[in-house]
Amino acid sequence: MQTGLEVRGLSKNFGGLVVSEDISFDLPSGARKALIGPNGAGKSTFANLVTGILRPSSGTIRFDGSDIGHLDEAARVRLGIAKTFQVTTLFRRLTVRENLRLGIIERERRGFGLFRRADRDAAQEAEIDGLLSDFEMTDLADVPVENLAYGQQRLVELALTLSLKPRVLLLDEPAAGVPSSEVHLISDAIARLPEDLAVLIIEHDMDLVFRVATSIVVLVQGRILVEGTPAEVAADARVRELYLGGGHG
Amino acid sequence: MRDHLVPIVMGLVAVGLFFAFPYDLAFLTRVLVTIVLVLSVDLVLGYAGIPTLGQAAMFGTGAYAAGLFAIHVWGDPLAGLVVGAVAGAAIALVSGLVLMRTRGLTVIMLTIAVAAILHEIANRARDLTGGADGLRGIRMQPVLGLWEFDFIGRTGYWYALVVVIVVYVGLSILTRSSFGLGLRGIHDSPERMRAIGAPVYWRLVTAYTIGGGIAGIAGALNAQITQLVSLEGFAFSLSAEALIMLILGGTGRLVGAVIGVALFMTVHHFAAANDPFNWLFVIGAMVLVVVFFLPQGIISLPGILLRHLRGGRDADRA
Ligand SMILES: Nc1ncnc2c1ncn2[C@@H]1O[C@H](COP(=O)(O)OP(=O)(O)O)[C@@H](O)[C@H]1O
Ligand SMILES: [Mg+2]
Repeated sequence: MQTGLEVRGLSKNFGGLVVSEDISFDLPSGARKALIGPNGAGKSTFANLVTGILRPSSGTIRFDGSDIGHLDEAARVRLGIAKTFQVTTLFRRLTVRENLRLGIIERERRGFGLFRRADRDAAQEAEIDGLLSDFEMTDLADVPVENLAYGQQRLVELALTLSLKPRVLLLDEPAAGVPSSEVHLISDAIARLPEDLAVLIIEHDMDLVFRVATSIVVLVQGRILVEGTPAEVAADARVRELYLGGGHG
Repeated sequence: MRDHLVPIVMGLVAVGLFFAFPYDLAFLTRVLVTIVLVLSVDLVLGYAGIPTLGQAAMFGTGAYAAGLFAIHVWGDPLAGLVVGAVAGAAIALVSGLVLMRTRGLTVIMLTIAVAAILHEIANRARDLTGGADGLRGIRMQPVLGLWEFDFIGRTGYWYALVVVIVVYVGLSILTRSSFGLGLRGIHDSPERMRAIGAPVYWRLVTAYTIGGGIAGIAGALNAQITQLVSLEGFAFSLSAEALIMLILGGTGRLVGAVIGVALFMTVHHFAAANDPFNWLFVIGAMVLVVVFFLPQGIISLPGILLRHLRGGRDADRA
């Protein structure tokens, strides 16, 4: 049995529009992969298929050897498959601390606790403090998320997902909107992750991609064009053409 | 201690009102019962973000259940409250299993429909409910075997006050719990709640059921104190007024429900006495002012004033 994600023949179409086509892809535990490709290639859709936000038209998704296609999104998260959203999706009226608190509460399956105060758990609050300091947001702990700058919200987006301690982590353009001076907070956070965690990062910031990923998948028009080491992918003629522009001079 | 400041103040004010207005106990008791109902709307709508215009479905069910229980089974008030709570929760659970699968306007329409259907059932089942004449012949035993319900309504008032405070404290514990935080999370972003692994549907069903139980308590309380249950308990106007009161006071905070009810019913009481035809204009104007100038409700007023005062002082200094 293989641990981690195993995607086979995954396809998705919206009406007549084919957005994912026959994608086969492995993300074993410990992997650090990047998914790149032009806008509209179907990267976010692929992440949404894996996490269960979208249902595939065909194909299978296995996690630790068993089919998870029938599980809804929340059930997959509870198995340890978590993602950040390309479009920041947070609890806007809750403070940063409350956002992270919710993540920990759900991870520990305490979400149906009706009696105990949510904020009276020393270990939980210490863990939140740790996350806050990792992202240099200690001062912002009690600020409602909607009052934060967009770049800071992006960091909360990542911190909230990390608070779930996932086993598979999908990052959908985590650095988009983060000021370049703070992008290192993201790569630092990824570097600190447990080694056996599987990471897939969707990203346009190639510096970040090269810092994080040991393997790169290029998606074009819903199909995997090539998968290989950063060097292989950088050397691939088709990829170069794609990224150096359609103009052939 | 700070957590329970509001119920303590509420209790003190209620004691004061008891002595200040000994001849208005019926009205004051109605205020208390309404607070329980509006608190239930606050849990469902203010915290969980479930749009509802049908909380009367559970209020009416609780009222009929408690009334029938008192007539046919046992006249003990507390047992009757439990029956009302269970009946309200049961209706909320059964309807919630369907309602919580839908969103937005559909939810609103369905909550209205549930109350309308129950209204019609109660109307048709004359033999059981008395139909449009109402359910009569409710005779309550003394509260805890000690306090007889009296003509002037003293016992009813204290009884309702204790129930309000117990419900308030219960809800303040609930809304501060992990579950309560999760409801606020769902209100802000159900997508994100799912993405952190929360079974959003079951959370909403649970919240709606608890809210239904509390509305059922309100209905039962009303039945026991007035010794009458009428079809009005299922009326759309009851659900709508409860919502207006909550919006006036401020949603998403329990004290908002208390203040909204007190304000609405006081204005109603006096305005309707002065001008039985035009009092609705007063209420309407109040709602408009709040919606446009205080979207967070009356409870946001002190904070806003404070900020203005501070801002003013800062400006002076500058
Ligand atoms: N819910 C949807 N309905 C219809 N088309 C969609 C939907 N979501 C995405 N698409 C389309 O699918 C394509 C891939 O989108 P997406 O996965 O967001 O691309 P990427 O993340 O690579 O930029 C785009 O053409 C987009 O317009
Ligand atoms: Mg995308």
